[in-house]
Amino acid sequence: MKLTTMINLMLEGMGGTCAIFFLTLLFSLPLGMIVALLRMSKNKVVSNVTRAIISVLRGTPLMLQLIAVTYGPYYLFQFSVSKNKLIPVVIAFAINYAAYFAEIYRSGIESIPVGQYEASEILGYSKAQTFFRIILPQVIKRIMPSMTNEVVTLVKDTSLAFTVSYVEMFTIGKNLANSQTSFVPFIVAGVFYFLFNAIVDFVMGKVEKSMNYYQ
Amino acid sequence: MKILELNHVQKSFNNDTLHVLKDISMSVSEGEVVSIIGPSGSGKSTLLRCATLLTEMDSGELIYSGEYAAKIGPNGKSVYSDKAELKKIRSIFGLVFQNFNLFPHYSVLKNLTDPQISVLGRGKEQAHEKAMELLRKMNLGEKADAYPCQLSGGQQQRVAIARALAMDPQILFFDEPTSALDPELTGEVLKVIKKLAEEHMTMVIVTHEMAFARAVSDRVIFMDGGVIVEQGDPEDVFGAPKTERTKQFLKNYGQS
Repeated sequence: MKLTTMINLMLEGMGGTCAIFFLTLLFSLPLGMIVALLRMSKNKVVSNVTRAIISVLRGTPLMLQLIAVTYGPYYLFQFSVSKNKLIPVVIAFAINYAAYFAEIYRSGIESIPVGQYEASEILGYSKAQTFFRIILPQVIKRIMPSMTNEVVTLVKDTSLAFTVSYVEMFTIGKNLANSQTSFVPFIVAGVFYFLFNAIVDFVMGKVEKSMNYYQ
Repeated sequence: MKILELNHVQKSFNNDTLHVLKDISMSVSEGEVVSIIGPSGSGKSTLLRCATLLTEMDSGELIYSGEYAAKIGPNGKSVYSDKAELKKIRSIFGLVFQNFNLFPHYSVLKNLTDPQISVLGRGKEQAHEKAMELLRKMNLGEKADAYPCQLSGGQQQRVAIARALAMDPQILFFDEPTSALDPELTGEVLKVIKKLAEEHMTMVIVTHEMAFARAVSDRVIFMDGGVIVEQGDPEDVFGAPKTERTKQFLKNYGQS
């Protein structure tokens, strides 16, 4: 098989890879904020339960969680989440990444000096205004480096979807490697991930720079 | 007319083991400048935090312009008014912090306009005009587009004062406004506060600047150990202190 044919086949798989990537971000970024706020809840039960869940999600392999969400319901209740594998894959990814994002958000929120809250309170800002106008913009700036790290990891983690036979770039590459008894598809996959992350780095760098106007 | 009244304020920390305010009563009339002096740990800052609703009193009354922020309940504890009432009362006062607490992600101008727009519902232009007028008054007109991190401590504190004034408070509190500043920068901030005093802005100033307190205040309150030890005309308190404790304190500060 020609190299260009391989590349073309694998490029088609990039659609699946991108789907996991963008859908995971779309759901996990806001979900992570909800989890972070629950984790910081003054209610001890809520915060402890949330902490336990985060601990399980971070303490077990994403691959295992992927298998659990995709096949677990079938083994337990004889029912599948969906014929389309993208749905369980994105559910597993979004939940897992929300746990990581939640901890990053929390560290960011807790790093904002209490004086910012007090100044907002004295000036008369409501709780919601304080969070969205004063606290959150500063949190985003502080957590950008850690967020870039997570997003870069996400690009590479999309390859785990091959374990549940969801058709994305790496799944196709692996099948090609088997059928053609060739190592070339793996090299192509490596180059693709690297290029994808080069773009991620560039975009995140731009975002970070756009917030460099203070401190 | 009395703008602020504090009656029988008590406050403890650490499960009542640390009694910081022991039955403090004081009031401030319109146009009056009151300085609160005293050693560290005397309860000055806690009193200010109670007056500005940042810290809840254990017991005592807090009244702004005749409206109750907190009453004494049947069990002797403070009972605070509802959220809506407290929101209204918060608009009566402003507070200038020791560490300025400007919003670092907003320009100097936006630090002054955003609260006016978001909280008071003022129009953009009106807020902008008010902000520029105050910045010019603070000699910071040319710094409107700068960010707080680009300013010196003295400039930041003057922005913080302008931000507080932009909300049109009837009374302005200062919590050691120059304690975080180099001695060189202290003067420019004190000058601004003095100017406000001359305009009869009602102010309560917690400070360690004795000469300043003596010069600008209508009344000085000396606190120690959670009680008001002595208060009165600054010339009397500084010139002829009545209690031994006041004398001793002022002597340590080289003021008598």
